[in-house]
Amino acid sequence: MKKVMMGTEAAALAAKLARVQVVSAYPITPQTVTVEELAEIIGRGDLEAKYINVESEHSAMASCIGAAATGARAFTATSSQGLALMHEVLHYASGARMPIVMVNANRALTPPWNLYCDHTDSLSQRDTGWIQYYCADVQDVMDSVIIGYRVAESVLLPVMINLDAFYLTHTSELLEIPDQKEVDDFLPPYHPSEKLDVDDPRTFGNVCGSDLYSSFKFNRHKTMLNVVDRWNEAAAEFELKFGRRHEVIEKKHTEDADILIIGIGTASGAISLSVDQLRHEGIAAGSLRLSMIRPFPVRFLQEAVGGKSKIIVVDRDVSFGAEGIIAQEVKAALFGASSDVEVHGFVSGIGGNDITADSIVQLVRQTISGSGMAVQAGNSLWTEVLP
Amino acid sequence: MNLNSVHMENDLLKPGHFGCPGCGAALAMKYTLDVLGENTIVVMPAGCWSTLIGIYPYSCLSVPVISVAFETTAATAAGIKAGLEAQGKSETTVLAWAGDGGTFDIGFQALSGAAERNDDILYICYDNEAYMNTGIQRSSATPSGCWTTTSPVSALKPQKKKNIMGIMAAHGVPYAASASISDPQDLKAKVKKAMSIKGTRFIHLLASCPTGWRHAPELTIEVARQAIKSRIFPLYEIEDGEKWLLNAMPEKESIESYLNAQGRFKNMTPDMMAAFQENVDADWNKLVNKCQGALNAR
Repeated sequence: MKKVMMGTEAAALAAKLARVQVVSAYPITPQTVTVEELAEIIGRGDLEAKYINVESEHSAMASCIGAAATGARAFTATSSQGLALMHEVLHYASGARMPIVMVNANRALTPPWNLYCDHTDSLSQRDTGWIQYYCADVQDVMDSVIIGYRVAESVLLPVMINLDAFYLTHTSELLEIPDQKEVDDFLPPYHPSEKLDVDDPRTFGNVCGSDLYSSFKFNRHKTMLNVVDRWNEAAAEFELKFGRRHEVIEKKHTEDADILIIGIGTASGAISLSVDQLRHEGIAAGSLRLSMIRPFPVRFLQEAVGGKSKIIVVDRDVSFGAEGIIAQEVKAALFGASSDVEVHGFVSGIGGNDITADSIVQLVRQTISGSGMAVQAGNSLWTEVLP
Repeated sequence: MNLNSVHMENDLLKPGHFGCPGCGAALAMKYTLDVLGENTIVVMPAGCWSTLIGIYPYSCLSVPVISVAFETTAATAAGIKAGLEAQGKSETTVLAWAGDGGTFDIGFQALSGAAERNDDILYICYDNEAYMNTGIQRSSATPSGCWTTTSPVSALKPQKKKNIMGIMAAHGVPYAASASISDPQDLKAKVKKAMSIKGTRFIHLLASCPTGWRHAPELTIEVARQAIKSRIFPLYEIEDGEKWLLNAMPEKESIESYLNAQGRFKNMTPDMMAAFQENVDADWNKLVNKCQGALNAR
């Protein structure tokens, strides 16, 4: 069935299709529509689930952890400040191996207050041990929530599905709604082997010595590294069933490209359009969208970059005093693998500034000519900066 | 209730906890689980009990336990209850078990949220009147004039203990009660009563701490008993935030024997002691007025 809906609505409907059993909700713009929709869906009995109106995002995640610990499928959604408030319990959720799926609307962090798109909120949570997926369009939101549960429950790690504030949360697109029976087939009920169960009493989260601590962390790290393949396997099965592909990276014209433009989220749409424009001008450009940032798809990136002379990374985020976070990730992944390639990092579109095909073309021109509007600061070039 | 009927081998708290000698919080758990039984899931945050339970892979509790982030006890408990209910397991008691720091201070927002929603959890605060697990730092449950490592002799705590029972009553929770490890029969009756009620049930449980209160380990029960006798820690219940019941009307004893038994109060000046006594008397009178003289003794 086809329907027109916004990203926030698609996220709620996906949670319903995934038959989540506990929803913990706290409002924050621009995620709020998701928890409003779920309140409606559960309220009118279209989904048998418990809905907890918590008093903060910190408690939203804590209660999802509690629900998941009993073996229930738990869901929440947040954004920006709310995600930052959750930071402590994000570490807890992944450390306790709770397969929670959370939707995060990527919004700028205050101060100053700004409700618009920015990726620093989720990228500053990248070391919390969550699988991080960044959506390109509304269909991607719908499908990745479902794939997210499948992967989360197979590896016992939480998944954060990120969608750009307003570009996805409040933009209506035509999308295909998966059939409930087919979703049930793809995503069977969650039955963990270990949970809070009075018939099989176990203790979770005790104090533990240094020796065992490092082993727990090592196992989590190894599991996380494998998630790149686990996700692609689940995505391949999803494609067989539903005919849509959602892999850890997405490439366009990369094979014969000399310049590769890398981005995440909706910017990848503009980047893809810019590639057409640049090719028309005779510039051998290609694009690569990183849909998965944790774990970082190192091998896929290395393969795609082989033989290119220049890489342009568009960061809608920054690590102050360093550079764009994706640029750092790309450099780290390529270190020792592709020594000849130049990496040009741009910080662009933060706080909701539009990234368009034209604006990307400008970045490419500046990269080739060495001059342009973007202002250098350390290793990054910033656009949209007042003189 | 016959205490002798409870045998060690049936205890859900097994020998070998990691608490200090004379730990009141250990007794608090034992008495509570005696009543709650096996169909219980315990949620505990950072605090003495997350150490008492033992070091992985050992645990002295034979019911399911999850150790959670400091301020998340009530929220995690709410999630556990929701998860269980979603799976049709609504008979299990979810026991949220936090110290005074985890309840009065850092965990208070989540507790207030759960109480407002009236989530079906039993929240017990074992109150040893300071952050004991981190080495005796003051909390908002610490009494005035008390020494802790962050209210040292040069700056003894000036503020009164926070009125947590009054705050919980203001939330209108169906059941709130104060209890003490020195009166296990009263405590057990309250846990039992709480089990028969749905919604957020709150028990404020005084658990003396020889290490932090600076008294001999063998005086744990005696000191807690003196807190009741001196009317410093009255035993009472509040139903639906409205019906107040006093459980014990001790003959008024001076606070001195209670304060003098503990090293943590030894730096109080006579003026501070007099002010303390005034506060105790005023609070007692307010309480008796709320209870309208109703004595519901056991």
